[in-house]
Amino acid sequence: MLLRHTPEKIVERSALTINPAKTCQPVGAMYAALGVHKCLPHSHGSQGCCSYHRSALTRHYKEPVMATTSSFTEGASVFGGQANILEAINNVFNLYDPDIIAVHTTCLSEVIGDDLTQILNKAEGDGQIPRGKKVIHASTPSFKGSHITGFSNMTTSFVDHFAVNSGKKIKQINILPSFIEPSDMSEIKHIVEELEVKYVMLPDTSDVVNGPMDGKFRMYPKGGTTLESIKTMGDSITSFALGRTGAMAAAKLLDTKCKVPCDILDLPISLKATDVFVDAVRTAAGVPVPESLMLERGQYLDVMIDMNQYTAGKTVSLVGDPDMLVGMAAFCVENDMKVLHVISGTAPGPKFERRIKEICGEDVIVKSGAQADMFYFHQLIKNEKPDLVLGNTYCKYICRDEDIPLIRMGFPIYDRIGHSYFPVVGYRGGLRLLEKVLDVFMDRQDRDAKEEKFELVM
Amino acid sequence: MNIQRLTRRNSRPRCLRSIPRNWPKKRAKQFVINKVDDGNVPEIFANARTTPGILTMRGCSYAGCKGVVLGPTRDILQITHGPIGCGFYSWLTRRNQTRPETLESTNFMPYAMSTDLQEDEIIFGGEKKLKAAIDEAVALFHPKAIGIFSTCPVGLIGDDVHAVAREMEAKYPDINIFGFSCEGYKGVSQSAGHHVANNKVFTDVVGLDDTPKEGKFRYNILGEYNIGGDAFELERISKLCGFTLHSTFSGNSNYQEFISAHTADLNTVMCHRSINYLAEMMETKYGIPWFKVNFVGADATAKSLRKIAEFFGDAELMAQTEKVIAEEMAEITAIRDEIKARCTGKKAMLFVGGSRAHHYQELLKEIGIETIVAGYEFAHRDDYEGRKVLPNIVVDADSRNIEELKVSADPVKYNARKSEEEIKKMEAEGFAFSDYEGMMGDMKDKALVIDDLNHYEMEKLIESYHPDLICAGIKEKYVVQKQGIPLKQLHSYDYMGPFAGFKGAVNFYKEIDRLVHSSVFGLTKAPWQNAPELSASYGWND
Repeated sequence: MLLRHTPEKIVERSALTINPAKTCQPVGAMYAALGVHKCLPHSHGSQGCCSYHRSALTRHYKEPVMATTSSFTEGASVFGGQANILEAINNVFNLYDPDIIAVHTTCLSEVIGDDLTQILNKAEGDGQIPRGKKVIHASTPSFKGSHITGFSNMTTSFVDHFAVNSGKKIKQINILPSFIEPSDMSEIKHIVEELEVKYVMLPDTSDVVNGPMDGKFRMYPKGGTTLESIKTMGDSITSFALGRTGAMAAAKLLDTKCKVPCDILDLPISLKATDVFVDAVRTAAGVPVPESLMLERGQYLDVMIDMNQYTAGKTVSLVGDPDMLVGMAAFCVENDMKVLHVISGTAPGPKFERRIKEICGEDVIVKSGAQADMFYFHQLIKNEKPDLVLGNTYCKYICRDEDIPLIRMGFPIYDRIGHSYFPVVGYRGGLRLLEKVLDVFMDRQDRDAKEEKFELVM
Repeated sequence: MNIQRLTRRNSRPRCLRSIPRNWPKKRAKQFVINKVDDGNVPEIFANARTTPGILTMRGCSYAGCKGVVLGPTRDILQITHGPIGCGFYSWLTRRNQTRPETLESTNFMPYAMSTDLQEDEIIFGGEKKLKAAIDEAVALFHPKAIGIFSTCPVGLIGDDVHAVAREMEAKYPDINIFGFSCEGYKGVSQSAGHHVANNKVFTDVVGLDDTPKEGKFRYNILGEYNIGGDAFELERISKLCGFTLHSTFSGNSNYQEFISAHTADLNTVMCHRSINYLAEMMETKYGIPWFKVNFVGADATAKSLRKIAEFFGDAELMAQTEKVIAEEMAEITAIRDEIKARCTGKKAMLFVGGSRAHHYQELLKEIGIETIVAGYEFAHRDDYEGRKVLPNIVVDADSRNIEELKVSADPVKYNARKSEEEIKKMEAEGFAFSDYEGMMGDMKDKALVIDDLNHYEMEKLIESYHPDLICAGIKEKYVVQKQGIPLKQLHSYDYMGPFAGFKGAVNFYKEIDRLVHSSVFGLTKAPWQNAPELSASYGWND
């Protein structure tokens, strides 16, 4: 057994986190900044943070992940990191020529109290930032929130720095996705494009961290939201935040700062959540839903109905990030599966628990925040074994020990590909996810069936 | 194309062009064109601060301490004291394999434990939470030993992990509890963390139990972390030869082996950078001689085994070692010759670690691949130039922050394994004790040596040198491969291995052969991209 010391008996802990179901803010901030075109993320702290975050994102995407660091030493930790960030800005523009440097803080620079607003304003005033170039920052201390908070804070910072209300409305919508895969961002764009609605999506990591092989390395890949389009977000008719925890803050800021009203929706994972999203966009833009989307919807629904017998009644345990979990739960429930456990290290507030219970019913065990870790998740599973686990790569240790099939969803996924190319959102994403679920259930059935019960047609 | 021509065409200024003012002067000292002259090599500037914003490969002190040195051991319960990130990223990512004695034996490696400090604790102090976390860990896991690893904010808010360790040890007298001040901002790279780890393991772990392992010719391997199963292969070979491998620091290791490691008669050092301190201190305190070995490369493995056998000086042991070498080499030679025929003439660049950029040159050489540029990520001058430069290394402010322990001979446990005369005699016969000759002495003249490479320079080097293979880490992997050049990860081995020892050498030959001859890179251009102009008129309406 890999996790041989995990006892079945659950004893409440108050201080020790074991096998976390979250990570720290800066990695989310780095990921969000990669979703802006010609933007270089910069980590204001010691080198290790940047190295760890780049490594984590690289292992997950198997793509170049470029970001710089202020390389704090003990001296900088005592005297402040101003000299380091100024030197870094100078070097980054000279050597790597981004349009924007998106600085995120770390526990180190937060604890010593570096005032980045003041430092960067002064740098701008002193002419240390080349003309036309931008340096923005987000406060992302690791001792608050999680990688989802960091993603949200960096997205919000882009809105804060760049979005303006010019007084002239543009017939377009804003889409603010939570921390999701580039493939999912593409799929959301696809849906909006099918509806023929003009939009700005922030951030947009598609064509950035799932780029092609063409013999060239590009420091700044083709994708990413452009600075020009972020500026226009203040003039859009409405914003859709897809995910309360990871996307709501930026949408709310667009409302307060630029008077763009916002709608907070779940991530469009599941047929129903996609319906809600499509309906909301259709209504806001006053457009009809095209046949093409009805076809996608119909195909997913067709498979749901045809194969319902294989999913109905199956039990599932979910671990991951709040916005994803809401979608994963909705997907499971609409396929008549029963969700036993929902665990997130991120603490999204009481609305999360309410939403999960709305979807899954009152029996589901939901825990988020402190000590809602994978050790606890594993203990729950030991107490009530599900037919399937949905979660990140680290779940493979649990699933091997307990002999449960695992479908990898969320962050990080270090050991399988596909997540960055094929979506789980939208109707097509639903169909793909259902295919994956059916594959594991039916493979199990084939593996475990008695010889006389082995089925040719299923 | 020969190295001389390449280097002339690509001397320093070109790589340094467009680098900010005031920088090249310092940076230029970290670029050296190699020249071996009677064992002497040019001086290189190393273990220096990384320029902010440069896109470095380096990590931090915590990574060096928790990630590298202590991470691979399975039954010291490790608690990261700090916010969640550090503990999360060091959770199983370094591929240190371990094989507990039985299905029930302790193995904490799949567990990441953290105090997950929150804002309140940052403001009011985290010691209380750390103590509570230790209580909970003890109740759940009943460990023999607990290591506490400090992250950046812990040092800044002034949590005294050592005081907590003492207090908790008084509460749990059967458990050895110790803390590491390996805050990420210490030093200039992972290297500082290695030193912090060495110090604590030396003062709080090694020497606690005088029970030797059964067996003759007992030795330790220091600086072998069992990535991809390297240590398993070394265990296999040791057994065949008749040596008793007492303890590996720290691949596939356990606490009992650590606390009794001082009973072994020899320390062999693999990764000089990360663990030379422990070897030195154990020699001074316990009288255990040490020398450098290299088990990367079949010939290097054979050489190292002979050295160990000679050290023990037993005729039977030496004969058995020769027999093992002969048997293993017989299997290797045919495969190696076949692969060498295909790979000869290829050029490699290596940027990794504090020893690997040296060790792996050996392995590449065995299949005819020449290393034209190499550099370490976090090494010191002695890893480049050899330990003879140690007295001349200027200690700067960043290194001074890391404690240098004052060690003296243990009044009871000191036992010189070899008398001074014996050592002198062996040295006269060519044995090098307490020494490492460094990487540059083994590299060709005119090869380029670069310390602490950054992305910008890597791009320039690729443009100028067109290497067939680059060896580096995960962050560089896809940057390089997007350009159609294969990259072999030498931190994680790309989830393969072992690459050490005899079996490892064969694995590596085959893997490099696959990489440099893979058909997939050849598919980059679509057929129409080679003939973009349309000349035919083939239309639907005809």
